[in-house]
Amino acid sequence: MESGIALQLGQTLLAVLAAPLLMGWVNACRAWLSNRRAPSLLMPYRQLRRLFHKDVVLANQASPLFRLAPYAIFACMVLAAGIVPTLMNDLPFSPAADAIALVGLFAMARMFQALAAMDVGTAFGTLGARREMLVAFLAEPALLMVFFTASLIARSTALPTIVDVFAHQQFAIYPSLAFAAVAFWMVSTAENARIPVDNPTTHLELTMIHEAMILEYSGRHLALIEWAVALKLFTYSALGIALFLPWGIAPVGHWPGLPLAVVMLALKLALGGFVLALLETLNAKMRLFRVPEFLGTAFLLAVLGMLVHFLLET
Amino acid sequence: MAPTAPALSLQLTWGCLLAWLALGALQLFTGLRQLYAASALVALFLGGISLTTLDGPPQTMILPLGLPGLPFHLRLDALSALFLTVQGLAAFGVSVYAMGYFRSLDSATARTTGLWYNLFLTGMALVVLADDAYVFMVAWEMMALASYFLVTTDHAVDEIRRAGFLYLLMAHVGAVALLLAFGVIQGGQGAYTFDVMRAATPTPSWAAVAFLLAVFGFGAKAGLVPVHVWLPEAHPAAPSPVSALMSGVMLKTAIYGLLRITLDLLPAQPAWWGTLLILLGLVSALYGVIFAAVQSDIKRLLAWSSIENIGIIVTGLGLALIFRAEDKAALAALALTAALYHVLNHALMKGLLFVGTGSVLHATGTRLMGGLGGLMRAMPWTATLMLIGVFAIAGLPPLNGFASEWLLLQAFLFTPGLTQPYLNMIIPVAAAAVALAAALAAYVMVKLYGVTFLGQPRSPELQRAHEAGWPERFGMLWLAAGCIVLGLAPSAALTLIAPASRFLLGASLPVGAGLFLTPIDPERASYAPGILLAVIVIVLLLAAFGVRLLYHGRVRRAAAWDCGYPEQDARMQDTAEGFGQPIRHVFESFMKVEREVPDPFDRRPRYRGATLDRLWLLLYAPLARVVAWLSEQAARVQQGRIQWYLFYSFATLTFLLFFVSR
Amino acid sequence: MALALPLQLVNLLAATLLLIAFAMLSQRRIIGLITLFAWQGLALALSTTLVAVHTAQSHLLASAGLTLLLKVILLPWIFFRLVRRLNVERDVEPVINIPTTMLIGIVLVIFAFNLAQPISALAGTVTRSTLGIAMAVVLLSFLMMISRRQAIAQVIGFLAMENGLFFAATSATYGMPLVVELGIALDVLVGVFVLVIFFFQIRETFESLDLRHLEKLRER
Repeated sequence: MESGIALQLGQTLLAVLAAPLLMGWVNACRAWLSNRRAPSLLMPYRQLRRLFHKDVVLANQASPLFRLAPYAIFACMVLAAGIVPTLMNDLPFSPAADAIALVGLFAMARMFQALAAMDVGTAFGTLGARREMLVAFLAEPALLMVFFTASLIARSTALPTIVDVFAHQQFAIYPSLAFAAVAFWMVSTAENARIPVDNPTTHLELTMIHEAMILEYSGRHLALIEWAVALKLFTYSALGIALFLPWGIAPVGHWPGLPLAVVMLALKLALGGFVLALLETLNAKMRLFRVPEFLGTAFLLAVLGMLVHFLLET
Repeated sequence: MAPTAPALSLQLTWGCLLAWLALGALQLFTGLRQLYAASALVALFLGGISLTTLDGPPQTMILPLGLPGLPFHLRLDALSALFLTVQGLAAFGVSVYAMGYFRSLDSATARTTGLWYNLFLTGMALVVLADDAYVFMVAWEMMALASYFLVTTDHAVDEIRRAGFLYLLMAHVGAVALLLAFGVIQGGQGAYTFDVMRAATPTPSWAAVAFLLAVFGFGAKAGLVPVHVWLPEAHPAAPSPVSALMSGVMLKTAIYGLLRITLDLLPAQPAWWGTLLILLGLVSALYGVIFAAVQSDIKRLLAWSSIENIGIIVTGLGLALIFRAEDKAALAALALTAALYHVLNHALMKGLLFVGTGSVLHATGTRLMGGLGGLMRAMPWTATLMLIGVFAIAGLPPLNGFASEWLLLQAFLFTPGLTQPYLNMIIPVAAAAVALAAALAAYVMVKLYGVTFLGQPRSPELQRAHEAGWPERFGMLWLAAGCIVLGLAPSAALTLIAPASRFLLGASLPVGAGLFLTPIDPERASYAPGILLAVIVIVLLLAAFGVRLLYHGRVRRAAAWDCGYPEQDARMQDTAEGFGQPIRHVFESFMKVEREVPDPFDRRPRYRGATLDRLWLLLYAPLARVVAWLSEQAARVQQGRIQWYLFYSFATLTFLLFFVSR
Repeated sequence: MALALPLQLVNLLAATLLLIAFAMLSQRRIIGLITLFAWQGLALALSTTLVAVHTAQSHLLASAGLTLLLKVILLPWIFFRLVRRLNVERDVEPVINIPTTMLIGIVLVIFAFNLAQPISALAGTVTRSTLGIAMAVVLLSFLMMISRRQAIAQVIGFLAMENGLFFAATSATYGMPLVVELGIALDVLVGVFVLVIFFFQIRETFESLDLRHLEKLRER
């Protein structure tokens, strides 16, 4: 049990520390793919350090909620990263929250973000909050449906059980997961504010979604939010791995499997980051009112996955 | 069961009802608002008693009231006790709040309001206690009339009178359906006690007729689409504590009635009853939340959100019926527990939101979000407590709204065992719709909270808005604490619900150990809100202290940046209409949008936009025209000459005499 | 889940077919539609090959080859040329908006799955559970034909429907006799040629391929 808690803390800490590296890797891939010279992989860490050192400039009318939000968002993301099985399955935290609670956790972080964006009362902040909620109200149920597809197969919404069924039992192809995977990709681009839904590097206020919400933040608050964004990307990648490529995650208490799990995780994350960058390079950001259509498609695909499950897999 | 001597707790409960009546009479003569505290204490006492009787055997009591030969039968069983607990808990908070809130009424209004308020509480409790159709209908009407008079407290306003009329109309159409339903169930035996009805065995088709009538009648009270139209009109019109009671408690009596009739009084239920309820529930949930998103009046928004939540509850009931029809008692218990849990949660969180809105209304004089903003600074108490309510109703862990939705979704995931293939495939789609409604609820709540409490004040007077008084704060605190406790200790809620579930289905959900919520099997799913909250708080504090220790805590205050735009003011924030615009755009086909766009050369441009309920135009407007036409035809007999009227009386008399003589 | 690996792969390809059918419903551009059509043909050819190998039915190999040749290479190539010649590469809004179309699509899928259940219980083949998917593909392609304005999109919808039928034949009865299949392939080819000629005629007359213009042809 104690070793389990130690491993749980270790895994969470690894996620927290490695998340900016994944961000740096994606940025580097994007730069390579568009024939630019890539920034250092450690660039996100440097940025975080710079931001932590700066003073916070707070708007006059900002309320305590505005100052609380970055910490709350960061805490939600750390917890989410702790729940998703990345290295070893069935760690002590995981019974505390299943896949549905994980969606709730993301929703909580988002709600804090949107409320904080509305707190200062600027035009761009409210615009960002509105758009974020527009994206969320379709992305969230779509994500839930992706989990439902997986949990109909595994007969459980507990992530460790799902991973266990997919990775450690007799190998089988589940066609419904093909639908779920496509839907998951669409949702995760939206949730992580990537192209084609949102552009993380934009400087045009009128096209922003996520960036518009954090315009008023600075200093350590901004650093925490940026870190939480990186963590969210990491958690989503880990989720994608756990659902669709779970091979390599060590079973409960299987210590010899741990080094392999670390190597596999690194490889899969590198591959996933590259694919993300590739897809981002190939696509263009879409108009805002195409986004509900895009996410509606994701939602319907996930529902379709469940239907296919009933036809082909029962 | 043999009618034993009425047990103590039922007598005490009846005493509570009498106490409310006495308080009402006292209010009529004195109009003292301190008496609300007494009503609140009675409510708390009532809640306490019913808590102790949850697990006990049913207690019955016959009161020599009413018509000769038709005494009042009362009964307190697990289901009644659960709903009485809900009523007691919510009514306590709301009544304490009311003590402060009603301080600005003039004395005449204060007296009548006090009377109706207590009668309303009595009526709702009596509905739940009734053990025959006669008491039930008396109590039902008492509840409806008392709430009608409360809705029209402000009867000088034309719009409020109209809302009240619509409410009364719908309440009575519903009541007629219920009366018919009871008539069908007892099937001509001439006795209207529930015991007789339980023993009666109507044929499947008559049972179905009774069920459909009950769904219509109770649906009209609960606000199921398409008989929801009174709800968004009546809730905003009433004073806020009354809206809180109506939305939090009164709608639940309809759920109680539906449960009582379908699961207790009527015999076996075919699966299509469940399918029908799921369908109605989902339509209500989605319709309600979509319309909530485009409202700009806070109370109207909350009223639509009530329709959504009732929809979710009814969906849970439908799922329970389906499982029951398939003889899966444990799963039926899961679905029913989810629905009842949501009943409990919604009573508290919607009560909290309505009374919070009351404080805003009191402090600012408006409930239109377009005139509010930035209230967090002027009203920190209200704002903080409302934040809890908003998080709870948006379905966020670790609060209570999430726990019940989580259980409901779990129940949906158990459907693959069903035998009917169509159901098997439709139900995942239903789960998707529930998820969609829950996600939209978060949108609605961000809009409500962000536009009202955050941002810059949209008019200078708002900075001087006064904070709610102490009784109000205490009332809100009570309800908010309920939301938190029910969220963090789901096992407490399950313990409350288990007896009712055993009573209706013969099975209940295992309560589980302490912090964990584990329906059926921990391998399948588990959820521990306490641990979630603890970890979040620990990480939050660690992050805060870590940053402080390693770096510094310097803060400078400056004007908001807003991308360097210097001339920003409060009018550039999103209004309620603006925040709802994407939803209006995406779901345009459900609603009729009216826009008045100003002329570009207009010096004082005014923009007006209204979003109308399309069902009103499609369903009710033609109906109203037909009724108007019929009454016009009927009006022809009205000649104005006294001789004609005498002739009518004469004709009636001879007609009746003719029949009597035969 | 005790199916052999090739059959699991067939199931996966069946799901891919359905996925592509949905992608077609949501696609606004003609070029994208043609690409998707080619992919659908490829999935079809692969699954036919797998069934052929697994059940040792050699004539299915031939029809897989035919599919590959006709639907993955020849027809898409013709369409690509056509689009470039006719210059109709712009986005065109469909008659019914796309989310609504997709919702109707879901309803159709549920309908098709339930429709296929009793039939596939009767069929004796190992791949029978994919019959529901085949029917769903047919219905979805039909829906796509209804919801499009452009003539080329309609023809692609028609061909996708044919794909669905072909898949149904493979999954329910291990394919039709080779002669029939050859005949159908020829029909499709000729049909496309005739339609291409029509396209040129239509454009000559109306200077557009938008089928709304055909409404002018009614008597009043």
